[in-house]
Amino acid sequence: MILAILPEALLLVLAGTVVGFDAIWKPEKRHRLGWLTFGGLVFIAILAMLVSRPGQEARLIFGGMLHQDWYSFAFTLLFLFGASITTLLVMGMSELGDKGEFYTLLLISVIGMCLMASAGDIVMLYLAIETTSIPLYILAGFMTKDVKSTEAGFKYMLFGAAASAVMLYGFSLLYGFAGTTNIYQIALSFYDAQLPKLVVLGSLLLILVGFGFKVSVVPFHFWAPDVYEGAPTPVAGFLSTASKAAGFAVLLRFLVVVFSPIATVEWTTILALISVFTMTLGNILALAQKNIKRLLAYSSIAHAGYILIGLIAYSYLGKASVVFYLIGYLITNLAAFGAVVTFWQVEKTDDISAYAGLSRRAPGLALVMLVAFLSLAGMPPLVGFIAKVFVFAAAVQAGYVWLAVIGVLNSIVGLYYYLTVLKVVYLYRSDKDDVLVPISTPYRIALTVLTIGILLLGTLFAPWYSWSTIIAGSIF
Amino acid sequence: MNFPVLSFIVFTPIVAGMLILLIPKERKNEVRVTALAAATFALALSIWVYFSYDMQTGGYQFIERYNWLPALGISYIVGVDGMNAPLVLLTGVVMFTGVLISWGLDDRPREFFAFLFILASGVFGVFVAQDLFMLFFFYEIAVFPMYLLISIWGWAQTREYAAMKLTLYLFIGSVIALIGALAMWHQAGLNSFDMFHLELAQKSGAFNVAYLLPGWLATLFQTQTVSFEVLVFPFVFLGFAVLGGIFPFHNWSPDGHVAAPTAVSMFHAGVLMKLGAFAALRVGIMLLPEGAQHWKWVIMGLALVNVVYGAFIAMVQTDFKYVIGFSSVSHMGLVMLGFSTLTKEGLTGAGMQMFSHGVMTALFFSVVGMVYDRAHTREINELGGFSKMMPWVAVAFIIGGLVSMGMPGFSGFAAEFPIFMGVWKVKPWVAILASISIVITASYIIRIITKVFFGKMPEKFEHHIGDVTILDKIALVVLCAIMVTIGVYPAIMSNLVSSGADRILRLFGGA
Repeated sequence: MILAILPEALLLVLAGTVVGFDAIWKPEKRHRLGWLTFGGLVFIAILAMLVSRPGQEARLIFGGMLHQDWYSFAFTLLFLFGASITTLLVMGMSELGDKGEFYTLLLISVIGMCLMASAGDIVMLYLAIETTSIPLYILAGFMTKDVKSTEAGFKYMLFGAAASAVMLYGFSLLYGFAGTTNIYQIALSFYDAQLPKLVVLGSLLLILVGFGFKVSVVPFHFWAPDVYEGAPTPVAGFLSTASKAAGFAVLLRFLVVVFSPIATVEWTTILALISVFTMTLGNILALAQKNIKRLLAYSSIAHAGYILIGLIAYSYLGKASVVFYLIGYLITNLAAFGAVVTFWQVEKTDDISAYAGLSRRAPGLALVMLVAFLSLAGMPPLVGFIAKVFVFAAAVQAGYVWLAVIGVLNSIVGLYYYLTVLKVVYLYRSDKDDVLVPISTPYRIALTVLTIGILLLGTLFAPWYSWSTIIAGSIF
Repeated sequence: MNFPVLSFIVFTPIVAGMLILLIPKERKNEVRVTALAAATFALALSIWVYFSYDMQTGGYQFIERYNWLPALGISYIVGVDGMNAPLVLLTGVVMFTGVLISWGLDDRPREFFAFLFILASGVFGVFVAQDLFMLFFFYEIAVFPMYLLISIWGWAQTREYAAMKLTLYLFIGSVIALIGALAMWHQAGLNSFDMFHLELAQKSGAFNVAYLLPGWLATLFQTQTVSFEVLVFPFVFLGFAVLGGIFPFHNWSPDGHVAAPTAVSMFHAGVLMKLGAFAALRVGIMLLPEGAQHWKWVIMGLALVNVVYGAFIAMVQTDFKYVIGFSSVSHMGLVMLGFSTLTKEGLTGAGMQMFSHGVMTALFFSVVGMVYDRAHTREINELGGFSKMMPWVAVAFIIGGLVSMGMPGFSGFAAEFPIFMGVWKVKPWVAILASISIVITASYIIRIITKVFFGKMPEKFEHHIGDVTILDKIALVVLCAIMVTIGVYPAIMSNLVSSGADRILRLFGGA
């Protein structure tokens, strides 16, 4: 049983180790902390794959606190992957790279995410969400001398606190009506007690506020652009990928387990509306952005809308497509943010216009941006295309053709602004055309891994899809 | 199934493209040689496929089949029949000549050839794909490098606008078709994207579903229900036909052609427009025959507009490249016109026209490129007397012009004549109207020949216009030889294409 929480336990140990070495090592040696964290994360991921794989049968452990299944295990690995890439991206930053507390906070938030994905009890879930969020608030505002960063941290915290308060109220309603905090039992007691629809819907709405904030869907998206813009870029990348994936992991499990079949019609309708607004608003606002991090923020809002389509389809294919989309999106968006961090290291600016001439200055980095942005736009042979096809196929299969059409129209808008960025990168010239952009080793590793990942998932997608179905099938 | 020749054809360009990206950027000659080697290899394989296709056996040959994602019925299936074998050959030819023509490109040739070859792989992939998903996959691969190729290496004045316009048009078309394809996949109920399965499903009546129309639409169309095929066909057909330049969605194409660099214009007008027409045929007409029967008059009408209107617009252009751009719109209209007859003659002619026009327009654009590179203007009135300095180019253009006018003895005649025969069978007055375009084509082609190649050379060009390089000449000779060969001996292609047309007509329950 203890093996089930091995990754979380080891993450805690790793966090302690980092703090310890931070105290022991002299300042000039502290840049090694990044490699320590990275190595630790990789080690934990490998060890987890070797010894703590869940069995065929999913089961509740620790008195129902956690649900040990392939779903939570897969998301744990995904978070570990996201965190290790983020570590690589942080390492090269002179402001953050040698700060032990940065890595510690990152690791703690990963623990929270892992627990979010596996929580089987609303108390556990709430604790996990807070364990994730509080370190992220600090990380977003980590650059204390930067006004924008502190603003980002504070804004994120205020929004987050408000959303989680509303969600907590929803949880308390659930407990009050069902008389239990275990989400698998709540579903049963809903069914037995024949509760009025209004009660169920009320708690559903309140809880959606909290989850909606985590995954940044309209109308809970306001924080995202400001926070992404102000937060250190690797943190923004982490927020838009791992943190969002964690939100979706919880959302999917919660909707499937607690609110289905009792309120399936209602939540699919609500989410369909949210999805339409999220996609449309995200894409349209992204058109006007001049700052690449804000553009990626709106694009990540739009992607949350696409992912919701798979959820709404609520079929075998739909659930699998959500998992697949999250995996693909995490890799792609990390690559996009990775390229942005790399460029920022040299130019210290996030203006899109500053990217002019990049393809002459750093062909490799330009290629990474090309791959990442085209994958976001949904072009084959990149993973973004496959993920979108799965989601839209699920929608068509479930009879939501209109939703698929809206999604498709939105992806055209998306293509426009992704191409606008690539135009600057490849077409425009700047007066610094011959100044090369140096790329340090950690960035090289991270960007190479991610680019290969995008291509690999985009072409050999069969095993990934079958894993996604296994993962999505193990929620119960 | 021994040697996976079609897969080799499909993947040679993209693998070569990746290799090219690994070459250091200063070593431009290695890049070009690698590109030429890959293009020659692909061309050789496509010639081999073309000539070793067994017409006695017929049907799809060189089939390869691998599971790609069995859970959703996605597979990798390739095969050629009489309809797409010429198009594979065409792509090989254009790719080969395109590399020769772009030998002198000096701005980032590494990226240029890499993107061009990714595009080429996408094109090959669509032509040989027998799986609907795979077709889309390669279709999109063929579309997006276009954006970069045009916007980076294109004509500085309009490239950004044209590249974005083109990409958005094509992307909108393809995603609309994608929704239609997903609907077909779902409706067939076989959980398979295999187009052979979908054809069978269609035959066995899986698409025979009728939907009730809402009241106001019912009164508008005077019918209570609409069948699945009739509903889906316009989306799928028009979605792809956007790339084929069908009216009123042809607007991107002249702009795109003009803005693109020479090799890309050749690819674009020569091959990519066929990609759209072919996909519209393969997915729209062949998988939804009842839909095609229902809508064929609409397609015929649109295609007629293409043919005549395109020719008229071409006539009034003053920019050399725009003339060729609009002539493509006009000629692609003939392809669509051939499709819409749904007769053996029409389809055979359309198939041959795709090939013939591909070669011809590749030649035209390479000539435009050669003239522009030397004169730095494309205004027809400012040019003149180029035949003295560039005799090879002038001869090549005249041969292309004769093809374009449909002169007997050249491939254009072998292609257009059957189309008009087919059209005459179903609607004689359409054939009469469409034939106006031949006259107009003659007028603008002859105007170009007179003004650009003959007449007096303006003084400013007198001394610094040189002849084209030997590589350019090789490219021109290859293209001309193909057009003359088919013109003199059409059976080399028409038998093959008509065997493909027979297969299509069998899907309609006809001969």
